[in-house]
Amino acid sequence: MSSQPIPQNLERFPDLHPALDSQSAVAEANRCLFCFDAPCAAACPTHIDVPRFIKKIGSGNLRGSALTILDANILGLSCSRVCPVDVLCEGSCVMHRYNKKPIEIGRLQRYAMDHFYANQETLPYGRGSVGVSEPRPSGSGPTHRVACLGGGPASLACAAELRRHGYPVTIFDNRPLPGGLNTYGVAEYKLRASDSLREVELVRSLGVEFRQAEVGGSDVPNAVPLEDLEREFSFIFLGVGLGAMERLGIPGEHLRGVIDALRFIERYKTSPDFAVGRCVVVIGGGNTAIDAANAARRLGAEEVHLFYRRTEKEMPAFSFEYDHSKIEGVRFHWLAQPVEVVEQDGRAVGVKFVETRLGQPDATGRRNAIPVEGSHFEYACDMVIPALGQSRFMGMLHSTCGIELKGGSIVVDRPTGRTTNPKYYAGGDCVNGGREVVDAVADGKRAALAIVGQAVAAASEATHG
Amino acid sequence: MADLTTNFAGIRCPNPFWLASGPPTNCGEQVMRAFDAGWGGAVWKTIGEPIVNVSSRYSSVDWNGQRMMGLNNIELITDRPIEVNLREIAEVKKRYPKHAVIASLMVDSKREVWHDIVKRSEDAGADGLELNFGCPHGMSERGMGSAVGQVPEYACMITEWVKEVARTPVLIKLTPNITDIRAVARASRRGGADALSAINTINSITGIDLDTFTPRPNVGGYSAHGGYCGPAVKPIALHLVQQIASDPEVGLPISGIGGVSGWRDAAEFILLGCGTVQVCTAAMHYGYRIVEDMADGLSNWMDEKGFRTIEDFRGLSLPKVTEWKHLDLNYKIVARINRDTCIGCDLCYIACWDGAHQCIHLDGHALPAAIEARSRASVTTTPIAKLDSVQATIGATPPARIPRVDEDECVGCNLCWLVCPVENCITMEQVDAGRPPESWEQRTHA
Repeated sequence: MSSQPIPQNLERFPDLHPALDSQSAVAEANRCLFCFDAPCAAACPTHIDVPRFIKKIGSGNLRGSALTILDANILGLSCSRVCPVDVLCEGSCVMHRYNKKPIEIGRLQRYAMDHFYANQETLPYGRGSVGVSEPRPSGSGPTHRVACLGGGPASLACAAELRRHGYPVTIFDNRPLPGGLNTYGVAEYKLRASDSLREVELVRSLGVEFRQAEVGGSDVPNAVPLEDLEREFSFIFLGVGLGAMERLGIPGEHLRGVIDALRFIERYKTSPDFAVGRCVVVIGGGNTAIDAANAARRLGAEEVHLFYRRTEKEMPAFSFEYDHSKIEGVRFHWLAQPVEVVEQDGRAVGVKFVETRLGQPDATGRRNAIPVEGSHFEYACDMVIPALGQSRFMGMLHSTCGIELKGGSIVVDRPTGRTTNPKYYAGGDCVNGGREVVDAVADGKRAALAIVGQAVAAASEATHG
Repeated sequence: MADLTTNFAGIRCPNPFWLASGPPTNCGEQVMRAFDAGWGGAVWKTIGEPIVNVSSRYSSVDWNGQRMMGLNNIELITDRPIEVNLREIAEVKKRYPKHAVIASLMVDSKREVWHDIVKRSEDAGADGLELNFGCPHGMSERGMGSAVGQVPEYACMITEWVKEVARTPVLIKLTPNITDIRAVARASRRGGADALSAINTINSITGIDLDTFTPRPNVGGYSAHGGYCGPAVKPIALHLVQQIASDPEVGLPISGIGGVSGWRDAAEFILLGCGTVQVCTAAMHYGYRIVEDMADGLSNWMDEKGFRTIEDFRGLSLPKVTEWKHLDLNYKIVARINRDTCIGCDLCYIACWDGAHQCIHLDGHALPAAIEARSRASVTTTPIAKLDSVQATIGATPPARIPRVDEDECVGCNLCWLVCPVENCITMEQVDAGRPPESWEQRTHA
């Protein structure tokens, strides 16, 4: 796996949205009203100055446009491809109230980012450039080393921001490739693993050190003990994401032919010879379930059936994802809950379901699915992809570091990302329960700025106190 | 149904839309197709001793994704022999006797040369003559075009020579590249001109290639100033037309030229006193077919306003142009923002703060930088159905984004209304200033 895309995937997963050519990009840029205190910028979790980068496309200042984006969001490339813009920047575009199409902010951002990477542009504050970089001779910055645990978007953003301020940063990730879900977990027609790795290289160019290592308690074999990190680093940022996907908790889920959605996506994105079943059953109603179902179709499955225990209305996936999936040919089945994976010769050959009905709304306002007695039915298939969300596995953090958890997520002070242990900051999925790349970037950036603030305050105390 | 037929200084034509002298009227074949498309008249590409042109010849100014807001050319007069042009004029007049064909002329400043070309043009059947005293590039270096039009005495003298032999109406085409266009207009009148055409193109350099540093249009690594025309020049043309139309010492029919691209532009030139309008850039951009909507649109507008003929509204706006010193200092308007149609772009707010008088407010009286800083510091997350009960869909404009006008401070400058992208969202409304009308002249002479 390199920063070159897998050829088969280029063919099977053409871009969901075609790139803008230069003339249409300028025309689209010129439609932007250049709102004051623009709602799109406010709606973006990283607060990219959207009208500003768009105007720079209009003026032909593409480097300036890209740097405007990267200044706010170091993962501007992946965000331009994976952000649910309908509920973020584009969703808040004032053009909606003007009976006009919102500005295609996502595609314009991608246009600027593609230009940046295609021309091998560099950041003005990168290693060796003026302003920042190698540890400064004086002040608190250089003496405070920061470890970022997890190599996903939150840690990358936190590390990049810290480097801009001159702090030495090391990212610890246990996977062979950094980038987290951006590298391993995003549908290929949205973001290629190779593009994620280009962003990782950009972060590396700032002087961030990457170490492939497991971090854990003394019970984890070959892991770097957390206590060692606490000694080596002044601050630790937790960008560890969520755990493995939730199990179905039904008989037969360990059979051959059963593969959870994240592993499925990881396999097809990184292995050129990964084979999909002929008839695939996907279980779940979230965006990852839809990504997996669409990918199964693209990889050649003749039939892909998605089962969800509630209805279309309660489905957590974004509506544009659902619409897209129908076009891909995924068939949806509502009000059905799996009870058993059917086995033959050690392989999954079908799923037994029970029909459900909707009960009263629960605390979150969603209606519960209640199994209907005696309504079992069986659905034949040769591949089962459960997509029930990711588990939370933070117990160790609570017991060894005294970090408060709630509902399996790390509790932080939102504006700073600071946990209940002042040495620890956290952001991304492990804090927000699993949102978007852009949310992770925003968390990482805020935490970095708070770490800088805390380090500066500590230094000033040391000087004056 | 409005009657568009026109009698301009004795030249009759089916409508007031003429093609101006230029590339669209280069030859008979073109002019005949133009007449078929609906043009009422055509001023022939300037006839004179054939010249040699360069390539390239045009450059333009694009604006905000729109092509050719302004067009610049360094093309000279006709490059075809005089007799060929005149033969084609005769052919056109034979086939289109009811349409106006005006011969645009430019020759050396010699009496006998002018006499000769005038006679030959009229013999060919031209309905009128337009003396090109306006071309600002190339020809002016050879003592013709605007070199004549910038010196009232020369303009008067050549007009006199032409009038010594002309049997058809003589139009003088004026250059805007002069301090006071009225001087040459008056000189033309003294020389006996029957009408004026205004304006010719404006001296221009449209832009510079930022890679080669050569201005456009590029002719082998060099450029020369050209003549600017197209929509961008209309306001300048309207002002110069008004100047000569209002001047009692001029008092000649005017054929209005400069950025006319549609019927609205035509109506405006006519309201300032023009009897016909001439079009070049718009026809170069979109073809002769644009005249259909010019005639149709003008006719519908005239019906709506109750004007039967062009003469019914010609010059109606002239009395409404006055000098600043006569304007009422006590006329007061203020901006009002319609909260129901405001989309919350807040362009009026920043325009008023940075470009006007700081009387439109958001969030109390916070300064722009403070408002932006607050947004940048906000913690925002992606709304996700599974995790959030609220669905993010855009609704009505949040009240906090609808700006508020301090009417006591508003000076009624119009800027907010001009920048507002939504039609009729901001209106400028008259308020009682509590004082009777009073002009600056009245105030200072009281």
